[in-house]
Amino acid sequence: MVEEESVRVVRCGGSELNFRRAVFSADSKYIFCVSGDFVKVHSTATEECVHILQGHRNLVTGIQLNPNNHLQLYSCSFDGTVKLWDYVDGILIKTFVVGLKLHALFTLPSAEDSVFVIINKEKPDVFQLVSVKLPKSSSQEIEAKELSFVLDYINQSPKCIAFGNEGEYVAAVRDFYLSVYFFKKKTTSRFTLSSSRNKKHAKNNFTCVACHPKEDCIATGHKDGKIRLWRNFDDDKKYTYTCLHWHHDMVMDLAFSVTGTSLLSGGRESVLVEWRDATEKNKEFLPRLGATIEHISVSPAGDLFCTSHSDNKIIVIHRNLEASAVIQGLVKDSNIFTGLMVDPRTKALVLNGKPGHLQFYSLQHDKQLYNLDIIQQEYINDYGLIQIELTKAAFGCYGNWLATVEQRQEKETELELQMKLWMYNKKTQGFVLNTKVNMPHEDHITALCFCNAEKFENPTLVTSSKDGHFKVWILTDDSDIYKKAVGWTCDFVGSYHKYQATNCCFSEDGSLLAVSFEEIVTIWDSETWELKCTFCQRAGKIRHLCFGRLTCSKYLLGATENGILCCWNLLSCACKILFYYKVIWQSI
Amino acid sequence: MDAFGGPIWSMAVSPCGSQLLVGCEDGSVKLFQITPDKIQFERNFDRQKSRILSLSWHPSGTHIAAGSIDYISVFDVKSGSAVHKMLVDRQYMGVSKRKCIIWGVAFLSDGTVISVDSAGKVQFWDSATGTLVKNHLIANADVQSIAVSDQEDSFVVGTAEGTVFHFQLVSVTSNSSEKQWVRTKPFQHHTHDVRAVAHSPTALISGGTDTHLVIRPLMEKVEVKNYDAALRKITFPHRRLISCSKKRHLLLFQFAHHLELWRLGSTVATGKNGDTLPLSKDADHLLHLKTKGPENIICSCISPCGSWIAYSTTSRFFLYRLNYEHDNISLQRVSKMPAFLRSALQILFSEDSTKLFVASNQGSLHIIRLLEGSFKHLHTLQPQSGTVESMCLLAVSPDGNWLAASGTSAGVHVYNIKHLKLHCTVPAYNFPVTALAIAPNTNNLVIAHSDQQVFEYSIPDKQYTEWSRTIQKQGFHYLWLQRDTPITHISFHPKRPMHILLHDAYMFCIIDKSLPLPNDKTLLYNPLPPTNESDVIRRRTAHAFKISKIYKPLLFMDLLDERTLVAVERPLDDIIAQLPPPIKKKKFGT
Repeated sequence: MVEEESVRVVRCGGSELNFRRAVFSADSKYIFCVSGDFVKVHSTATEECVHILQGHRNLVTGIQLNPNNHLQLYSCSFDGTVKLWDYVDGILIKTFVVGLKLHALFTLPSAEDSVFVIINKEKPDVFQLVSVKLPKSSSQEIEAKELSFVLDYINQSPKCIAFGNEGEYVAAVRDFYLSVYFFKKKTTSRFTLSSSRNKKHAKNNFTCVACHPKEDCIATGHKDGKIRLWRNFDDDKKYTYTCLHWHHDMVMDLAFSVTGTSLLSGGRESVLVEWRDATEKNKEFLPRLGATIEHISVSPAGDLFCTSHSDNKIIVIHRNLEASAVIQGLVKDSNIFTGLMVDPRTKALVLNGKPGHLQFYSLQHDKQLYNLDIIQQEYINDYGLIQIELTKAAFGCYGNWLATVEQRQEKETELELQMKLWMYNKKTQGFVLNTKVNMPHEDHITALCFCNAEKFENPTLVTSSKDGHFKVWILTDDSDIYKKAVGWTCDFVGSYHKYQATNCCFSEDGSLLAVSFEEIVTIWDSETWELKCTFCQRAGKIRHLCFGRLTCSKYLLGATENGILCCWNLLSCACKILFYYKVIWQSI
Repeated sequence: MDAFGGPIWSMAVSPCGSQLLVGCEDGSVKLFQITPDKIQFERNFDRQKSRILSLSWHPSGTHIAAGSIDYISVFDVKSGSAVHKMLVDRQYMGVSKRKCIIWGVAFLSDGTVISVDSAGKVQFWDSATGTLVKNHLIANADVQSIAVSDQEDSFVVGTAEGTVFHFQLVSVTSNSSEKQWVRTKPFQHHTHDVRAVAHSPTALISGGTDTHLVIRPLMEKVEVKNYDAALRKITFPHRRLISCSKKRHLLLFQFAHHLELWRLGSTVATGKNGDTLPLSKDADHLLHLKTKGPENIICSCISPCGSWIAYSTTSRFFLYRLNYEHDNISLQRVSKMPAFLRSALQILFSEDSTKLFVASNQGSLHIIRLLEGSFKHLHTLQPQSGTVESMCLLAVSPDGNWLAASGTSAGVHVYNIKHLKLHCTVPAYNFPVTALAIAPNTNNLVIAHSDQQVFEYSIPDKQYTEWSRTIQKQGFHYLWLQRDTPITHISFHPKRPMHILLHDAYMFCIIDKSLPLPNDKTLLYNPLPPTNESDVIRRRTAHAFKISKIYKPLLFMDLLDERTLVAVERPLDDIIAQLPPPIKKKKFGT
């Protein structure tokens, strides 16, 4: 007998890969990244996921190689455990139960039997760096409760903690101060940046910190884009720092190369900057990385770097600043205007991806298949700039056609609209732009709908708009003397009493078209484009429309803005309000 | 004295101070012996191909480094031969520049030679092997100057972009003795080339084309965060450059290579306080007097009657007589100056324009009587025995009886002109005198020092006045002591004996000795008292210092007559407009 359980959601993909710095294996063959409750092991050469280390019950918040055995990996999680993995075979070796929410993990070669973790005690935003002694035991699950306190009031992010000079000291930054704790002397030096010097532009908050592997030098990144290199910091008075300034926006992460000869920095500019010999004039760039650099990590062998980006992507970069591999997760844009769609051909999930693109994401393999560049314009990343947005997309004819709508609205009255129709090319296995329609409507397009009926040899598309019209577009021969080229033209324009068209839908057999005009649903014959009948329920503006399928094809379903689901019987023209439902209309 | 090598580009005195190196246009480095009475040529070093632009001694005095074009030579002082020739890379950001000029070298005691060059590099060389150790590319333009601290743990360089970079010797790790040079902080206080830098134990000093002298204290060397720890920017020389003929309303302006004489305009209109009145008569540019030769003018003066002008360069003294015939003006040089009047540090005319006082750079004071178109040497006041200090400030009493003269440190000497002998000496004070004046009638000598202290000394009584003692007891207002520029001129109102008028570059002040002194709690720069307040409150808030800051920068201010005051302002924008354009730097976001 199956025991009744509460609903359990098993997360299987689409998690953030850029939550924490990625970690390279000692031989640079593998790259590890946190991915929700899992740790993923990718090959740096082929980008393929080799293993998924499953076992944590909550978000994995930190991973580090075991400094004593470079074939093992430590991971920590919000579930309060530190786990040790054999990543070559993908086996969990040990679990250390700490019992506190762990926010980040650090390991040191000099501290053999302990790791450092960030925990928060008592108050919600007071974080501490503590060292956890990992007891030696042969059992699988061991309690590790021996914590020793190192630093208090630190930033939650692991980017704000760095260990230097083989664990002689640890540097932590928060707001306007840098504190350095020396393990041997057990003293803390603290350096404060004057934030009050010019109150208006006091943007020199610390954002991240990195320690030079060989020298006593701490690099800190700041909100105003500056990088400071601190030296002589064991003396409260004689300390000194240098500034490196190239970034115009916040420095997101810093990393020294293994030998310490160069410093890597990245930020919103999506450019990886390599500062050689820590001099301002001697720098190299890797530009056009696509999105904000969130994390930078360096392989222990020194031959590879990698950057994690805000669009859920990890780029593996060769020492000579050439990108060699891209591990792309599901891109989560802030606005998913297109909603979730399934590509009928590949069964991939399709939604807004990186700016101006449509992403095709395979759910089976938890992997992005490809990005389709819809807007085909250079994306300029600047705060306050009004971008062109991809707002609607629809597949038609078993994935042979794709219609997309993009818009840009600078002012209330200035709307730029563009509709693009893409044909699937079997040879290139991709979509090719077929027709571009400028200003297909006068106002925002509210819905796109293809006629998917088999009997229609001619592909048909209907668009509905707030300007009160719906337009029928059909594929015709283009004005080509060989009559081979095809293009889309407008075939019919319909309206109903100047109401805004809010949605449209074809019936399964393609014979009827339902267009909703605010509170009214109109049914049109798709052969003659005659208005067959109207349903008016006055239940609220209709947002969604759907014809029934198969045996239910006589029904038309409509959903209104105020949460009423209506069902019309097309044969009797009777209406039934099914039920009131409480749904917050929202894209996922 | 001629070095016989063409133009001299560089000089360096040996660490012990007995030898002088000179680098010449023809590529020769010449060594001179300095003896108390003369400089004597000793020998030539190996001649180089091109001009020697920079020189530096090794602190032990055994080797020297000479920067030339495209290379640096290290010479052995004993043999005079070049030990190493270190070629400097001409490449600049990957592009080959025509030439790489070594603008400066510094020889450290550990044998490291630091060079700065026109390609924007600061390079560290090992003089023992003649190899490049480290290269710092710091600028897109020339690096023009370098100065090393005495401890050799930090140095400063100045670039043509107006940036000053500080380099420090820091240990690589806390537990090793290995040290490395690290560029630490850049300072951008200049708009134009930084031609000269200096490194004092507690501050970095830089100056260049933009006419500013900037003193930037090193915070880690400053013990207490007081006013000394503040950045200072000095724009104008701390001395009087303008003299005034009260009788004829003339102003004489001293420039580096010429003098200008202007007659002030006048107005017949009247108006309220704060009004700008229209001129009924414009100011006249009467005279433009150019110096002969390349020497700069050291000092100048116009007589109160307006008929004499005197000025001095570093080696010559000039005296002119001006004749006014209606609107015409004629200038006549007084010839046959005596040989002892070679150069002067300060020139002053007596109030009745019959006597001329010249402070020579040998420390003596010459008194000359002026007659119609001729002159007669009256007396020379020799410096006190044992002092070689020359007088650089003079003041004469309006009745012509007293002459006060001040050197750089040894106090103020007051001479009786009638008897031509020393009357008394004001006790020495730690800080140099910046302005001197003798009040009419009372013959009180008012002395302003560079630490902003003001003393009043009664010449007849040979002691400080009661007011001066009071203010010394109470102390000046802390804001008064924190002012940036010294007082450069003091004058008096003939009808108001209690008033002292003085000014610095940023303010003009009338000290009313009859009013109570301000303490630290009162407002020093008090605005005009509100008119609706009663007289009692106004009396209570009033204090001795009445300060006006409307003229900035103020170069000169004096009373013409009882009702007229002349002020000379020199807007900085005018000076900057005359400068060559600075190096264009792309500013982000423009």
